[in-house]
Amino acid sequence: MDRETQVTERRRAPVIQPGYTFATITDKISSIVLARPVTNSWLVGFGFAGLITMMLLYAIGYLFVRGVGIWGVNIPVAWGFAIVNFVWWIGIGHAGTLISAILLLLRQQWRNSINRFAEAMTLFAVACAGLFPLLHLGRPWLFYWLFPYPNSMTYWPQFRSPLVWDVFAVSTYFTISLVFWFIGLIPDLATLRDRAENRWAAMIYGILAMGWRGSARHWKRYEKAYLLLAGLATPLVLSVHTVVSFDFAIAILPGWHTTIFPPYFVAGAIYSGFAMVLMLAIPIRKWYALEDFITIRHLENSAKVMLATGLIVAYGYATEAFMGWYSGNDLDAFLLWNRLHGPYHLTYYALLFANVGFPQVLWFRKWRTRPGLLFLVSAVILTGMWIERFVIVVISLHRDFLNSSWGMYYPTKWDWMTFIGTLGFFCFAFFLFVRILPMISIFEMRTLLPEAEVKEAE
Amino acid sequence: MKRTPIYGLMAEFATPTDIVSAAKRTHEAGYRKIDAYSPFPIEELAEAIGFHREDVALVTLIGGLLGMFGGYILQYWIHAISYPTNVGGRPFNSWPAFIVVTFEMTILFAGLSAVFGMLALNGLPMPYHPVFNVARFAFATKDRFFLIIFSSDAKYDAAETRRFLESLEPRSISEVPS
Repeated sequence: MDRETQVTERRRAPVIQPGYTFATITDKISSIVLARPVTNSWLVGFGFAGLITMMLLYAIGYLFVRGVGIWGVNIPVAWGFAIVNFVWWIGIGHAGTLISAILLLLRQQWRNSINRFAEAMTLFAVACAGLFPLLHLGRPWLFYWLFPYPNSMTYWPQFRSPLVWDVFAVSTYFTISLVFWFIGLIPDLATLRDRAENRWAAMIYGILAMGWRGSARHWKRYEKAYLLLAGLATPLVLSVHTVVSFDFAIAILPGWHTTIFPPYFVAGAIYSGFAMVLMLAIPIRKWYALEDFITIRHLENSAKVMLATGLIVAYGYATEAFMGWYSGNDLDAFLLWNRLHGPYHLTYYALLFANVGFPQVLWFRKWRTRPGLLFLVSAVILTGMWIERFVIVVISLHRDFLNSSWGMYYPTKWDWMTFIGTLGFFCFAFFLFVRILPMISIFEMRTLLPEAEVKEAE
Repeated sequence: MKRTPIYGLMAEFATPTDIVSAAKRTHEAGYRKIDAYSPFPIEELAEAIGFHREDVALVTLIGGLLGMFGGYILQYWIHAISYPTNVGGRPFNSWPAFIVVTFEMTILFAGLSAVFGMLALNGLPMPYHPVFNVARFAFATKDRFFLIIFSSDAKYDAAETRRFLESLEPRSISEVPS
């Protein structure tokens, strides 16, 4: 290491505070699950999130009884909240895969302390996302018609349709994220099995750990499988939001029919996903006193990723506006005018402020290293990215080619209840997760310690 | 001499460096049926016990190819053979439109093959294993490293092997009942 890198290394916060050993890392993370008593604040948060989840179930139950007519969707805006929320949630999931797969391939070791809960975030976000297209089907109980299976109607899905691509992309994404997360958990489940004092807990963790004993042969195959999964998940995660953007880009509607959509959607997905990672990491490290493992370095790195992807998103907005003007196409020009001056113009300005303007504070290290401010920026970005999807879906649809077919879209209380309900469900699942599974990967944290290195003997 | 059957002799070490050098020396001493346990992956350890082929990559490749061809053939069969639909005069076998699903099926099958292939090759799930009979072994998932010489090894001899393990200066030595 030359002098210059030494100096910069010293200036940066460490990935893990010094002074930990294999044993203290193990005890600190596993005791959150095994020894920490249930606190009142956890119960209140869990209970509140549970209530919101009940509201979601109520909204879904009513939807099953009455049909999608209870939502604000109609012609011309047939997509509404359901698709806005779908795209938003699935985008959030992308940061988890980026952290666990892409940063693993890039040997970014700081990922080791945030990958576990980021992957959990991915799973819960994709579960929330998947709900919306299913509920939007009209007859959600027939969702299995989406899959190609031999049936008495001799009917098959239309594989030339992006909507069918989406079914395959999202279900593959969920499956791969689930197995990736689960095999990452196996060694830690074995740790919990061996640490648990409660017999039932030991048995349940034991069953889930599948008899993991840390054999060198097992580790070698395990590491290979983990690396291969990371290599597979990397193109997968890029493909998922690309396919989601195809749902729009393949259509001929002005505002949707553009080639910038795939990269711009993927960047936007990672942008909002890191914002969610920070919104989870900042309270978690405080409540569970994990500042030694999730350090300022992690927060700062996440902020840098947000800054970079945010600029890509800003470039996407600029391209859209430029093409609206430069193409000379009346419909594209009108779309731009409609965004700036139409009935939904406030959403477009809000989007520019939340996604392009405000996040520029992240340029400054002083602000990037303040958890409270980062939390606020993340909340603004998440809101902004939700509004972006609203702009894309609703503003493009509500005034298309023919003036006679124009219309307005107003969400109903059922739209809001379903959307807010999924937020509640997401938190509900997360409250459960932090109590029953190690939220930081214990075995990967061990590898970060200097003593984990094998020194050349003889 | 009839005694309770012994599965192997197990030695405990405190650092990754110790276990790797101990494993190397054991392998050099001619013991082949050996294994080592660590609370996190140590690349050098598998080398030290003489384990090189992991075969997971091959299983993943086969799974990925199956997914790829299976995915494409499914779409071809549906749209060109079973239920041909004319969409604006485009060919029934409109391959560019089939790429996305083919890609997703490749990833899905390759990923599941990697996971289940790894578990199957490792012989997991296996809830019971003789090494769990050693009380100290609970630390193998925390901060201790273990080396075992199986009694099925050709060179294994209860007294001789124990003496050999002692020469490696472990923290403790335990007999593993089978």
